Amino acid sequence: MNKAKDPLFHIVKRDALPWYKSLGIRLIAILAALIVCAVVTTILTGINPIQVYVSIFLGAFGTARKTWITFQNIAILLLISLALTPAFRMRFWNIGGEGQVLIGGLAAAVCMITLADKVPNVVVILLMIVCSLGAGAIWGLIPAFFKAKWNTNETLSTLMMNYIATQLVAFYTIVWEMPKGSGKIGIINQNTNVGWLPEIGGSKYLLSIVVAVLVTVLMYIYLTYSKHGYEIEVVGESERTARYVGIKVEKVIIRTMLLSGAICGLVGLLLVGGINHTVTTTIANGQGFTAVLVSWMAKFNPFTMIATSFLIIFLNRGASEISTTFGLNQSFADILTGIILFFIIGCEFFIAYQIHFRKKPERRMIVND
Amino acid sequence: MINLVAFIPRAVVQGIPLLFGSTGEILTEKSGNLNLGIPGVMYVGAISGVMGSFFYEQSVDPADMNGALAILIPLLCCLVGSLCMGLLYCFLTVTLRANQNVTGLAMTTFGVGFGNFFGGSLIKLSGSDVPSIALSATSGYFSKSLPFAGKLGWVGKVFFSYGFLAYVAILIAIVCAYVLKHTRVGLHLRAVGENPGTADAAGINVTKYKYKATCIGCMIAGLGGLYYVMDYACGVWSNDAFGDRGWLAIALVIFTIWRPFVSIFASIFFGGLYILYLYLPTGMDHMEYQELYKMIPYIVTLVVLVLTSMRNKRENQPPSSLGQSYFREER
Repeated sequence: MNKAKDPLFHIVKRDALPWYKSLGIRLIAILAALIVCAVVTTILTGINPIQVYVSIFLGAFGTARKTWITFQNIAILLLISLALTPAFRMRFWNIGGEGQVLIGGLAAAVCMITLADKVPNVVVILLMIVCSLGAGAIWGLIPAFFKAKWNTNETLSTLMMNYIATQLVAFYTIVWEMPKGSGKIGIINQNTNVGWLPEIGGSKYLLSIVVAVLVTVLMYIYLTYSKHGYEIEVVGESERTARYVGIKVEKVIIRTMLLSGAICGLVGLLLVGGINHTVTTTIANGQGFTAVLVSWMAKFNPFTMIATSFLIIFLNRGASEISTTFGLNQSFADILTGIILFFIIGCEFFIAYQIHFRKKPERRMIVND
Repeated sequence: MINLVAFIPRAVVQGIPLLFGSTGEILTEKSGNLNLGIPGVMYVGAISGVMGSFFYEQSVDPADMNGALAILIPLLCCLVGSLCMGLLYCFLTVTLRANQNVTGLAMTTFGVGFGNFFGGSLIKLSGSDVPSIALSATSGYFSKSLPFAGKLGWVGKVFFSYGFLAYVAILIAIVCAYVLKHTRVGLHLRAVGENPGTADAAGINVTKYKYKATCIGCMIAGLGGLYYVMDYACGVWSNDAFGDRGWLAIALVIFTIWRPFVSIFASIFFGGLYILYLYLPTGMDHMEYQELYKMIPYIVTLVVLVLTSMRNKRENQPPSSLGQSYFREER
């Protein structure tokens, strides 16, 4: 055989790493990313790196109010990520979370505006819940139906659904703008509070957090212990196997996307009914996309998602604190998020693969390795 | 009735960024890489060009600006910026074999953030005293059309009234179509996208092809961003103005069933759809209908997506290894 050219290194697939090692690799990646983030911040603002971390921390947990908002944001991002997860588990790339949230929020707003003063508050809220979940589910159903029936590329169809939802919201924003010509709806039912979701425990932030905890646990049980969860897993692993064992793949796709869309609709309900009390085209704020990454980083495990959404929100809040202090653009947070993501995406390689470097004296050994 | 002579040039101007984006993405996808980072790449391309020409305009007196430099500096910055994004994408997905969807979305988050951040903070960071980024001088060079265009009546308006980048876009699309279909390089590239295992066995360097196609694709897409800022927006950067064109460019790839030549017409068609809402009657008190008309391009895209998947012909399929990383030892 030709021994003249032996590569400097070659790459082999690893067996499963023990959990502490893969966790270690991820932590190292996050640490490295944080260092790079600090360096970037230092270059742009001139504050020393330690100060960067202090500012990020203060931005997220500086006061009681900031801490509450941080947790509320984590809850929302976590909920969207959880919503997308069942779809991802069956390899359905739902990047339409944004649109599903928006349409859920719009449905809630429609109920609040049209039903105020007509029916009792309890009925309004119940209808809002039904409409939001329903609207989100329909928004999930449309791409799912096309995927199931004709294998239409779901990445692009869900994406287009986002923009259709955005334009619908823009349409209603002008129809119901308050005051006329302002281009926004403003706080809905400010005096009567009709359709405002109740505060629980005397805190206006707690509701979304409680919902998020509940959904996390339920989603974990659904995915790990239910028959549906198992079917999703099989379809994701191999559609052919699924068909062979008698799983109706089309049914699973449609059912899962209905669930996925409904939970996104729920987030829309929380955003409109519980948090903002208004609806705008940017109410989802790109979180439908971020959630894809949060879910993926957590390897589609609901409990790990708590950590990953925490990481993203923590950085986001910190970065926006820094950009406010230094009069910089708020998009600074996206840059930092991007850096963290690149590192985490890159580190997966070192978990899945192993690099063998060329050893000089025993060349043969490696070839047979 | 829509005045076509006025409408077509506006549709073309809207369509050119889409054409750059979709040509770049077709090239990328032919190598089996599904780059969802194109929107981010276009932002980075645009802002890199803007930064280049911003510093150039700041450093020289407007009177003795050199036309060639004013065009070359942003062009080069734009290409380098988008090349960096392409390299990053390739490094993560080809060398480190990361998930392409996730990498692409991360690149979009990063790229759009990068564009908006520097677009919004460039003045503050560079400590200059201008109120906003308005590169009208540079933009003048970019949007300069052929001198005789004005004299040709409607022919001049429809065909010759654009800045040079518009013609570059069409040229690139034609060259790409030719290379993909009629040359050995194109054949190899398609082989890599269809079945990297077989291509590898035939002695084609899969990694090299993937890297090259993706990086060149990103550079082409980045030019779309540059064209948008310098020509369409007259050198004025405003955050998020570029909007969702990057995503539309990706959708166009499927619309054109991976053919750059078709993309020329499809892009202009989409450009037309994009501004159609300005031409549809709304009535005086019903501005809200405009918002509904703005849905048209997305609905058309959705319908086309569904229709192409319904017809499901063999030659209309995506490259079969699209979205999958290639690992030699896993065959």
